Amino acid sequence: MSAPILQVRGLTKRYGARIGCAEVGFDLWPGEVMGVVGESGSGKSTLLACLSGHLAPDAGSVVWRRRDGAPVETLALPERDRRALMRSDWAFVHQNPRDGLRMGVTAGGNIGERLMARGARHYGAIRAAAADWLARVEIDPGRIDEAPRAFSGGMQQRLQIARALVTAPRLVFMDEPTGGLDVSVQARLLDLLRGLVRDLGLSAIVVTHDLAVVRLLAQRLMVMKDGRVVEAGLTDQVLDDPRHAYTQLLVSSVLQV
Amino acid sequence: MTGYTFAYLDEQTKRMIRRALLKAVAIPGYQVPFSSREMPMPYGWGTGGVQVTAACLTPEDRLKVIDQGADDTTNAVSIRSFFRKVAGVATTEATAEATIIQTRHRIPETPLAEGQILVFQVPIPEPLRFLEPRETETRKMHALADYGLMHVRLYEDIARHGAITRAYAYPVQVEGRYVMDPSPIPKFDNPKLHRSPALMLFGAGREQRIYALPPYTEVRSLDFEDYPFEPTKAGHACALCGDDASYLDEVIVDDAGGRMFVCSDTDHCRSRRAAGRRGTMAAPFEDAAA
Repeated sequence: MSAPILQVRGLTKRYGARIGCAEVGFDLWPGEVMGVVGESGSGKSTLLACLSGHLAPDAGSVVWRRRDGAPVETLALPERDRRALMRSDWAFVHQNPRDGLRMGVTAGGNIGERLMARGARHYGAIRAAAADWLARVEIDPGRIDEAPRAFSGGMQQRLQIARALVTAPRLVFMDEPTGGLDVSVQARLLDLLRGLVRDLGLSAIVVTHDLAVVRLLAQRLMVMKDGRVVEAGLTDQVLDDPRHAYTQLLVSSVLQV
Repeated sequence: MTGYTFAYLDEQTKRMIRRALLKAVAIPGYQVPFSSREMPMPYGWGTGGVQVTAACLTPEDRLKVIDQGADDTTNAVSIRSFFRKVAGVATTEATAEATIIQTRHRIPETPLAEGQILVFQVPIPEPLRFLEPRETETRKMHALADYGLMHVRLYEDIARHGAITRAYAYPVQVEGRYVMDPSPIPKFDNPKLHRSPALMLFGAGREQRIYALPPYTEVRSLDFEDYPFEPTKAGHACALCGDDASYLDEVIVDDAGGRMFVCSDTDHCRSRRAAGRRGTMAAPFEDAAA
């Protein structure tokens, strides 16, 4: 716990005259889950895409601390190293499982892809790892040879998580991981994610518009509006005692059952 | 024949192709783009191979052309007569006598020797084509040697069928670097690519790509440690020459399910029969009739 694993400073992305995100900066510590909330169009997804290297920001720096402790400026990494990072220490969970899975490839092949990309060449070992991870995300390992399109939406999302976590990443980016799922499935998925994050000591950045998700998953919270961070702090603090007018609006807008 | 440059293509075109060939030989397995010309035959008939052959031919060369191993099929006969006409070179059907062999879908059974050139006709040069639809992305994957996806395909084969079922155009890795499509040769022929003493050139006319394996290049077929690569062939002996080690074609002989297996390499089969070898269905008095 000596140093933050991710240091972000002054991250800015413009789409022409409009702002995607502006002057975003934070530190992420090992084992920490940070939530990013805000309404649609507030720049959450742009921020995540810039952090994970899917989009090139216009300004700012993202410094990643490697396993050996050396800091790396990820925005300046050559493509080869960036891809290596994306398939080993980093992982991305998309909102729509179709974006994160190969729909024509079996569940086992989907989970094994990252292993094979890293050089695993033993079929039995890859398959065992895939079966193990299916069980860990509560999918019957007997369905290892079925294509994702035979799975329900919740199972597809869990499969995507297994595919992302199989290489034991240290940082996971999640874009609305529970979006589009009904509430009972959401609850199970959140339970699962919470357990995995705790057991594996993952750091994660979770983008969502759902305050319940961050309440359950995230220790720390950033609230974004119009591309800027308007409030940041401990999750419970921000949600229980919102300071910024927009955060107050956001918290009071949550439907109570 | 007058009115044509030697070997049909004009000198500047041959020069352009030779430059692509030199680059391809310098970077084994790398697909070099070249500006493919219209040839007097349709795409799919070997326009890439013909252009490579034309750029390599010298008046002293002796050319052999095979199609699926056979010297006497339409494609082989027409390309052979094309070069006899436009280049005036000698042609042969004997593998050992040829200096350049243009081939479609086979490598001859007779081991190749130093100094020989084998020219392959390639329909689809990109081994990642049906795994990743974007050409910009496959080029990046080649550049970064990002080949995990190729193994996903092999994994899927084993998961679904219990073995790697890909029987032709079986992907290979060249010198531990580029993954290459060896053209649709049966995987039985893949081991012949490895450290071959002959120069191997691959031409894809429609796709405008040339790639090459210089002599004695290391060529490894992709596989898993616990599912190693296996060259396969029909488990029979040739019905004409009796060879049980050559690659066989299955021929349906009647409407009652009758079939025979014969060598796909006609030159190999004929020379064995000339040496007195006989299979189960060989004509009994062939020598007397001939």
